[in-house]
Parts: sequence; structure tokens; C-alpha cells
Amino acid sequence: MAGSQWELPPELCCRPMAFVALTGLDVVYNAVHRAIWDAFCANRRADRVPISFKVLPGDHEYPKCRTKRTSYEWYIPKGIVKTGWMNKHLNLVPALVVLFYELDWDDPQWKEKQSECATKVEIVRTSLQGRNTKVAVVLIQKKTPLPPGEDLVASERASALCSSCDLSGKSLFVLPHTDHLVGYIIRLENAFYEHAQTYYYTEIRRVKSHKEFLNKTTHQLLFVRHQFKMAFLSELKQDTQNALKYYRAAYSLVHELRAHETNMLEIKTMAGFINYKICRLCFQHNTPLDAIAQFRKHIDLCKKKIGCAELAFEHSAWMSKQFQSFGELFDEAIKLGLTAIQTQNPGFYYQQAACYSQDRKQMAQQFCQVGTTYPSPDPLDTQSGGLDFYGQRPWRQGHQSIDPTDPEKEKRGILALQIKERDVPHSELIIALLSNAVAQFKKYKCPRMKSHLMVQMGEEYYHAKDYTKALKLLDYVMCDYRTERWWPLLTAILTTALHCAYLMASVKDYVIYCMELLGRASTLKEEQKSRIEKNLFKVLMNDVPEAESECDQSSVGAARSLWTDRMALSGSNELMVEMQDYIPFIQCKARFQSPCFHVDQPIQLQVFLRADCPHPVSFSKLTVSLSNQEYNQWCVVESSVQDSMMLLPRKPRCYNFSFVAKTEDVGKKVEVKMMLGSNSGRCVFLSWRGAGGDAASTQEALQASRSSRRWGRGNEARQELDWDSLTMQHSTMIISRVPRICVQLSHQPPALTNEMFCISLTVQSQENVVAKDVKLTAGLKPGQEAGLGHTTHVTLDGSSVSDDNAPALLTDVPLGDLKPGEKLEKCVYMRCVSTGPRIFLFHVAYSIDTAVEGLHIVCKCHKDETVTVETVVPFEVSVKFVSTKFEPLEQVAVDIPFLLMTDIRSSSPWPLLLSSSSLQLVTVTSSTPPLQSQLKQVVLQTGESASECFCLRCPPDTSSSNTVATGQYVISWRRYYSSADSPLIQTTVTLPHVILESVPLYIYADLPSFGRVRESLPVRYHIENRTAQVMEVEIAVDPSDAFMFSGLKQVRLRVLPGTEQQMLYNYYPLMAGYQTLPQLNISLPRCPTSNSPALRRFLPQRIFVKPQGRQPDDASIAAA
Amino acid sequence: MAVCIAVIAKENYPLYIRSVPSQNELKFHYTVHTSLDVVEEKVSAVGKSLADQRELYLGLLYPTEDYKVYGYVTNSKVKFVIVVDSSNTSLRDNEIRSMFRKLHNSFTDVMCNPFYNPGDPIQSKAFNGIVSGMMVQTG
Repeated sequence: MAGSQWELPPELCCRPMAFVALTGLDVVYNAVHRAIWDAFCANRRADRVPISFKVLPGDHEYPKCRTKRTSYEWYIPKGIVKTGWMNKHLNLVPALVVLFYELDWDDPQWKEKQSECATKVEIVRTSLQGRNTKVAVVLIQKKTPLPPGEDLVASERASALCSSCDLSGKSLFVLPHTDHLVGYIIRLENAFYEHAQTYYYTEIRRVKSHKEFLNKTTHQLLFVRHQFKMAFLSELKQDTQNALKYYRAAYSLVHELRAHETNMLEIKTMAGFINYKICRLCFQHNTPLDAIAQFRKHIDLCKKKIGCAELAFEHSAWMSKQFQSFGELFDEAIKLGLTAIQTQNPGFYYQQAACYSQDRKQMAQQFCQVGTTYPSPDPLDTQSGGLDFYGQRPWRQGHQSIDPTDPEKEKRGILALQIKERDVPHSELIIALLSNAVAQFKKYKCPRMKSHLMVQMGEEYYHAKDYTKALKLLDYVMCDYRTERWWPLLTAILTTALHCAYLMASVKDYVIYCMELLGRASTLKEEQKSRIEKNLFKVLMNDVPEAESECDQSSVGAARSLWTDRMALSGSNELMVEMQDYIPFIQCKARFQSPCFHVDQPIQLQVFLRADCPHPVSFSKLTVSLSNQEYNQWCVVESSVQDSMMLLPRKPRCYNFSFVAKTEDVGKKVEVKMMLGSNSGRCVFLSWRGAGGDAASTQEALQASRSSRRWGRGNEARQELDWDSLTMQHSTMIISRVPRICVQLSHQPPALTNEMFCISLTVQSQENVVAKDVKLTAGLKPGQEAGLGHTTHVTLDGSSVSDDNAPALLTDVPLGDLKPGEKLEKCVYMRCVSTGPRIFLFHVAYSIDTAVEGLHIVCKCHKDETVTVETVVPFEVSVKFVSTKFEPLEQVAVDIPFLLMTDIRSSSPWPLLLSSSSLQLVTVTSSTPPLQSQLKQVVLQTGESASECFCLRCPPDTSSSNTVATGQYVISWRRYYSSADSPLIQTTVTLPHVILESVPLYIYADLPSFGRVRESLPVRYHIENRTAQVMEVEIAVDPSDAFMFSGLKQVRLRVLPGTEQQMLYNYYPLMAGYQTLPQLNISLPRCPTSNSPALRRFLPQRIFVKPQGRQPDDASIAAA
Repeated sequence: MAVCIAVIAKENYPLYIRSVPSQNELKFHYTVHTSLDVVEEKVSAVGKSLADQRELYLGLLYPTEDYKVYGYVTNSKVKFVIVVDSSNTSLRDNEIRSMFRKLHNSFTDVMCNPFYNPGDPIQSKAFNGIVSGMMVQTG
């Protein structure tokens, strides 16, 4: 991979962990050792201590330690950090070497084994000469050890083993190979971890101690190196806080170094490394703002450090890598739970990385000319195959002075790098970065940023000559820019897309892009448009278009041959292009002259066309396809030889069509679909759905309507057609012919409940010819309240009351033909059972022969009339029960006569004729023989009342229930002014129920209707016992001022069951006028609950006493 | 001083864009267009809480390597965007604010013109002059 020069080394990017070497384990052949090793390295979860283990043979050679320098006085460093250093401490020099040895405390050959172990320890020690690496011994034992202190042999032998191996007691471990292996291993590795930490601690101290030997002038590089080493060792020690501190110190020291062209790369490389570590640690410490701040600082410091001008692309590559790796760190942190925001997310860093990669590509193209040969011997070749120090030039490693040693060598080196750069797949890198950025921006709700990056990706694919992918991307984003109406951007994208289409020789794409670039949304200059238009016509003439400018020569050649092949290939000469989604150079708007046409009118359709391109366009055919295919034949314009159809730039042209609609299309819509053909060699059909218009025309129409609202008057004055304010009318309704008949309704509202309400309909023809098949539909207009249909009945027969089966709507009643001027009358009767408003519909339909533009058609016409009729009750009936004394009754006593009073109050605005009334009694019986109705032939005006009175009696044997129904009251009536033969309407009123009571003792009186002063007034009281027992009654008569009387003043008598006693009194009135009769006090001594007023209620209380009559005196009468 | 000044309609299409002629005009168009992402986000976030007392000035929208992009939204959702060179550190927030205010005033004048149809590109000379005064003078 050519980009690998800029990749960060893996040892830098990994998380440093303490390195512990395990020796004496035979993991291949020994099952126990294998199990131990597996326990160490398998399933290392986050809760285990961070150690990287490695199994090494007992006699492994560790890297030799160079003899320690005692003085730095004459030492001149050759670089900042050696390339091998980090790897050495991660993977080669262990912090601790652990020797595993199988030995039980009670081993029979203890002595021999002890010395063998000591020898092995010695071998390891020798190999680690000069290093501070610790050594530890682990005894693998078969037996479970006793608790410490109990096994005396063990402790004794342990100390012996320690001394023979020269180990401290803390470095000797026992690993019983029993069931709890993992538990023991975890305890062991914790102990190892402590040892490793001590090792790294001493290492840091050791590096730190070098500092005092350094001086600022010659050892500047060492300052950086030592800080870096301390930081890295701190990381190994897992002390990230201090590591960050050291890295920060190292970072500032790096920038203090004297920078010049020769060491710039080294400084930048190291700065990049340290910056990476700092940012990584900051993210790890969950201080992302620190990380971002550090990165910004880093970029600001390094941005201008370009270094060697001929290798400027290297700087861009390095910058790109800085951004990319920061983006990756950021992204990594987000995956671990950090939240990013719209304006601060990894996408920006990827984007910037892509941006620098683009710079790099440009510079590479600028500096790395083709044609030079790679220098020999290869200046980039080093003996070791790699570099000693990070960031140095292979041809002058370790060189630290300002001027290069050998200018010739330098030149060859630069040339070699330039040639290498030429082969780098820049576009690939850029696209990868961009697609990373796109993914991020998608996540953080930046649709426009995403589109922008996709445009860049498309352009990059174009540069990489992958035109298909480029077009796919550009096409995808184009519509975003189109809907957002950013024309300059759309034009730029279209231009690139046109290049792609040209180089691919994709005819259809080429034509579409040309058309849009010629359109009004394009911001290209006139001469460019003119060139594009010429090219477009070339393609339409089946010719090869001219090359697009800015395309490189080699691809133009390839494209030309592609085009020639394409042109030679006949067959697919027809292109169909949907215009709706583009902003093409020909605009089309179609409109029906009116939103609706009567079927006997010709339909008029206008199609407006306008070209926005700089040169006139000719086209061969204009067709309109309508929803009914049969109309299409009327809407075609074709160019003939003499008259070719031309669209002049920016001059709207109008084509008028007119055709006759079919009668069966009445009520249907007609829609327009435009198609514009232009055929001359190659044929392109431009098709507009609906009534034309394109991606931009809606907004333009809106703008135009805004301006015309302001300049309403000016608009009319304008001579020329205003294109933008031209509205489209994409459909029209074909409606039936206007009826020429007169329908009149006459009636007398409101309707009365249940009556046969008559509406008379007059139809008069005003047609010139015979109206045939006149049909009437009359009745309740559909779509009203649901219940109305059941309470409305319509009939044509007014002679009798219609029954409940009559429909609410009479449909298609044939009325025959109507001659011109003829008049026809019809009565329709409505019976409304419930009150409330109703809308009645009268629909008169007929057909007529007529001619439109010489074409004979049969038109159906109809006329609707509606009328709203309120229904009201004709009269209100009130009914009450009263006693024979005309006192209102709450209860009716059995077998005692009472009165029923009915009252009919007219609420009709029209006078009513009450024909008769009758009672249909249940339970109760009439006490009088049936009489003629008292209401017969009574006429009631509005608000007038008619009353009737019936005397009724409840027979004695009906004491079964308390409340009983009494029956119905039937009234027959009609409107007074209606014709005599109109039917009578029966209105039935249900009489209220009555509560029955039985009276045990019925006392009533027989007395004349009036008395006269000083004339005897005989009164007979009847006392009737209605029970089955003997009744004892006490009666006393109170004295009264108004009467003298004779008879028993106080009496006590017995009344046998079912019999009556009579008492006769002779009253002698003393005063005239209404007089209260002497009160009868009645009591039942056996039944103290009964009271006198209840017993007295059937007795009259007063009587009218006339004054004393004079003797007939004719003289006085004559005098009066 | 600004390197690019743009006025964006409520429907997010440009009413006016002007950038320093020395640099790639298209790039500024893209910068302004992409900044609308942030504007929309900010406007919709504010809309939820305090619709009436919204601060028109949106502040720094997003920093790029080379430019700083500032935004301002009028009550009728017309957006102003000012792009400033990143190297221009002397420009303070207050000055940006006052630039926006000046721009808004001038825009209001344009809208008051009875011959101007809202939604059309701005071609006012006075407005152009105000913008020119705020742009980096080159040459």
C-alpha cells in the first residue's frame, strides 16, 4: 500500500501493556503447561490486569543491552526516537521473566531439582545482563499446599531454594495444579503486575536521571526522546496521568527544536506521534475538549511547516493523516460512549483529511511529471530495509546538520519520492475519506454537508475515470440542489455530469444534461450555452459532439471512438425523456381554457411552449395525450416541409386545440400529458406529465403571483404573454348541457305532521326542439339526516292517505315528451311523520338532440330544484281528568263518575277543519250514551282551541291494578282550504293512565242546582257502604249562619254491606249568593283512621242561593 | 472583514451571494449552503423553547480549517451568512453582530422597496454598497 509511509506505526496505536515473559512452559507437549498458558491468555477481560504475556524458551536471547553511558559529553544524538524502541519495550524486553518449574516440596530428588532450577534461573539472568528485568520462579506442584506456617518442610525448602537461586521470597510462587487453576493464575498475575510496575518505575527513574547530564545546545533531541520514553514507560506502567504529562512536555520540546528543511519531516513525524498519544489519552480520560484543543494547537503549529518545497505533497499527506487519525480517535471515543454534536463530530476531521488529500493530489500532479526514470541505485533503499529513526530520509540517516551532505544524493532522493508519489492512488484515498465523512454527517443531521461531500466524491470518481459511479452520485444529489434552488451549484454539478456523460458516450444522459444546462436554471454564459446547444443538435443529428473542454486529451480520444461506435449502432434511436424532474430548456405549459366545459361546447386546449436556449429550436411534432385516448387525434401538430415548427429563444408559442367531448365522458375529467418529438436522425421525445411544468415552475408561479398581486393592473396592460404567471389547467370537467326548461314549485308551507302535503310542480320547456323522455325524480334529497327517510313518504296519489310503505324518494317518474313551450303540471304529496326541516329535491331530466360543430349528439340535460320544508304539529291536545265538581283528580275512584276534558289548540298557521272526534275507551266506560262529537265541523284558526267533555265511570270490578290505561282520543281533520275530496287525517292521541282507588264509604248528596232565600231546600244525603262489613257511621251537622235547617242534628247509624242509608234535610237559606252548605261531620267510630274531609269529598260544599223572588209584578217589569 | 456574505430566502435558496473575487466562488457557495444545516438545527432547537424572544444572531455556525461561518436569522426566517477568514483573529463577536445588524437594516430597506418582489434575487445597489463595505477589499 503506497500510503503506508504515512500510517502511524501499530506499536504507537496500540494500548501499551506490561510485558511479562513466561519460560519453562512446554505448551505444545505438556497438557498441564498448556492449561496454565491458556488460563493466562484466554478470555482476558477488562477486569484482568493489563499484561501481555509471551511464552519464551528458557534459553531465549533477550536484546542485548548496550553499555550504559557514563557521560553524554561527546555524544551527539542522530535522531529523536529510534524506530525499534517502542516495539522493543512492548514485545522484546520483558518487565519480568517468570520461570515455571515442576517441583513439589516433598520431591524425593529435592536437591538435584533445586540446583537444576537455580541453573535455569542463572541462564535467564545471564541473558538479561544489564537490564533491570525481574526474575520470578513459579513452582508447579501436584499437591495442594497446606496453609502457610503449617508445613515446616515447605518453608524451609522455600528459603533454601530462594537463596540458591538468589531470589527474594517475594519472587517465589507456588502454583498447585488443582481444580482452582484460574483463581490461582489470577492471583499470580496480580503479583506479576506489581513486579512489572516496579520495573517500569525504576526504568522511568533511570531515564529521568539522564537529564542532568544533558546540555541544551547539543542534546535537544535527547530532551524530547527522554520525555517520550518516560511517557511511554508510564503508559506501560498504566500511569496514564503521568504519561499525559510527559507527552505534553515532549510535545512542547519537539516544537522547541531548531527546525530546518532536513529535519522538518522528523520533527513533524514525532510531533504527530506525540499529538496522537495526547489526544488518545485525553479521550481515554473522558476530556474530549482537551483532545480537540490539543489537536487544534497541533494543527496550528504544524500547518505552516511545509518543509522541502519539492516535496510539499508530503506535508499535505501528513496533514491529511493527522486529521484522519484524529477523526478515527474521535469516532472510537464515540463508540465507547462519548456524545458528539452537529458542529463537532468526526466528519469534519475526515472532511479536512480528504481536503488535504486533494491538495496532495494536486501537488503530486504538479511536481511529479511523467517521463523521468527512477534513479539507480535506489536512494530509498537502506541496508536494514527500514529506518533507524522515525521521520528521517533513507539516504541520509542520522544526519542532523542544516545542509544536506550531498546535494546530488538529495536531488535523487527527492526525485525517487516524487516518482513514488505518482503511483499513489490519490482518488481512492480521497474517496475513502469522503465516504467516512459522509457517514458521519449523515449521523449528525447535516444533509447539505452530506450532499456537498457526495458531490466531491462524484468529482473524485470523475477524476479517477470511474464515470458510472460519478454519475450515480451526482445524479443522486442533483435533485437536492434542484429543490433547494441553488442554481450555481446545480450548474457546476451538471457541468461535471455532462463531462462524465460525454466521456462515457452515454447518449441519454448527455442529452438530459445538455437540456438542463441550456435551461433557465443554468448559470452558464451565453457562449457556453450556445456551444452546448450545438453539441446537443449534433447528437440529435446522430453526429459526434464536440469534446467538452477541461477534459484531458487521452480520455477525449477514447470518448470520441466510443461516440462513433454508438452512432454507428442504429436501432435505439428513440429516446424518451421525462421532463418533470428536470429544469429543461423547453418549457411547456398546457391549459384547458376553462375548468369545465358543457358537453355541447367544443373543449379548448392551449399548449404553450417556450425555449430558453440561445438558438432557435425546431421540433417535429407536438402531441397531447389525454385520459381518453380518442381525443389524442385532435391534439397533434406536425411540421411539414414548408412549415417547420420553430421555437425562438424566449418567445412563448401557443398552440390551440379544440375537440368535442363525448357524451359518455360527462362528469369525467380529461387530463393532459404532453409529448414533444423532434426527429432528425435521432429522435428525442420530451414528455411532460400532467400539464407540463418542471422542477422549478411551481416556485416561479408563486413568485409571479406575488408580483402580479402587486402589479395587478400593470399585468393586463402588458402586451406580451407573461410566461411565469401562466397557470396550468391540467384537467377539465365535462358537464352536461345547460337545461332550458323552467321548473317551478308551489306549495303552502309549513307541512303539518301526517298530512298529505302537496307540492305542485310546473315544468315548462324553453327548448327549440322536443324534449324527450322527461323524467321526474322527486322526494327527500339524499344525504340528509339518516332517520328522515323513514319518516317521510312520497306519493303521487293525493286521494288517500299514503301508507308507511311509500318511499321517501320517487325516482324516474316518466312524464312523456315536452314540445317547445309546452307546460306540464304534476302534484307530489309528501307525508311527514315527524317534525323538523326537510330538503326536497325535484330533478327533471330529459334528453335532446343537438349539434356541435356539425356533429349530431344526443345530450342529456337535467334541472334540479330543491325546496326546504319545515314540518310542524297541526294542533296540541291536552287532556285532564276532573271530578264531577270540576276539581282536578289525581286518582279516580272506582265506580264513581268523573269527567274527561280534552282541549285541542291549533298551532297551524292555516285554519283547520276538525271533522270529528271520538273516544276509544279501555277499562273505563262512558256513563252517557254515545253522542255526536261536540267538535264536528269546527274550524280552528291559529291559536284557537276546541274543548270536549266526557263523563266517564270506572266499573267496580276493575280494581286489579292501580294504574290503568284509559284509551285513545281520535281526531279527524284536514286543512280548511284544501279541496273537499282531500282525505281526512286521523290523529290519535293516547289518553293518560289513571290511578284507581276504591272508596269504602261513598257519601253523596242529591240537591237542586240552586236555592232561593227563605225557600226550603231539600237535600238528601246517600251513605253507601261498599265494603263487606257493617259500617257504623256518626253524622253531625254543624250550624251555619247562612242556613236554618231541619233534620237530624246528630245521628249514629249502621249501614249494612252493599246497602245505602239516606238522610233527608231541609235547608232554609237565609242569605243570597254563593253560600257554604252546613258542614256534615262524618266519622267512623270503628275506624278512627278515616277522617271527615276524605269522606266528605264527594259532597258539594257550596250552593248558589238566589235572592228572594218577587211576586210577578208586570208593572215593575214594564217600568224596567 | 468578510470574504463572503449571503442572504438566503426562507425556503433556503439564495437571494444574494457575494464573495471576494480572488477566490473560488463556487467554494463559498458550498460553504454557505452547508452552513444552512447548522442554521436549521439551531432555529428548530430555539423554536421549541422561546419562540418570541429568539436572539436573531446565531453566532459561529461552524469553523472550517480556513473560514469561520457566522449566521443570523430574521423573524421571517430569512438567513444571513457571513464567512470570515480564519486567519482574521482580530474580528470580535461584537463586530460580527454589528455587521449583521447593518445587513439586516439594509435588507429591511430592500424589502420596503415597493418595486421589490419578495423572493426575487436582491439587485439593490444600496444593499450592494453596504455589502461591499463589509467585504475584504482586494486590490
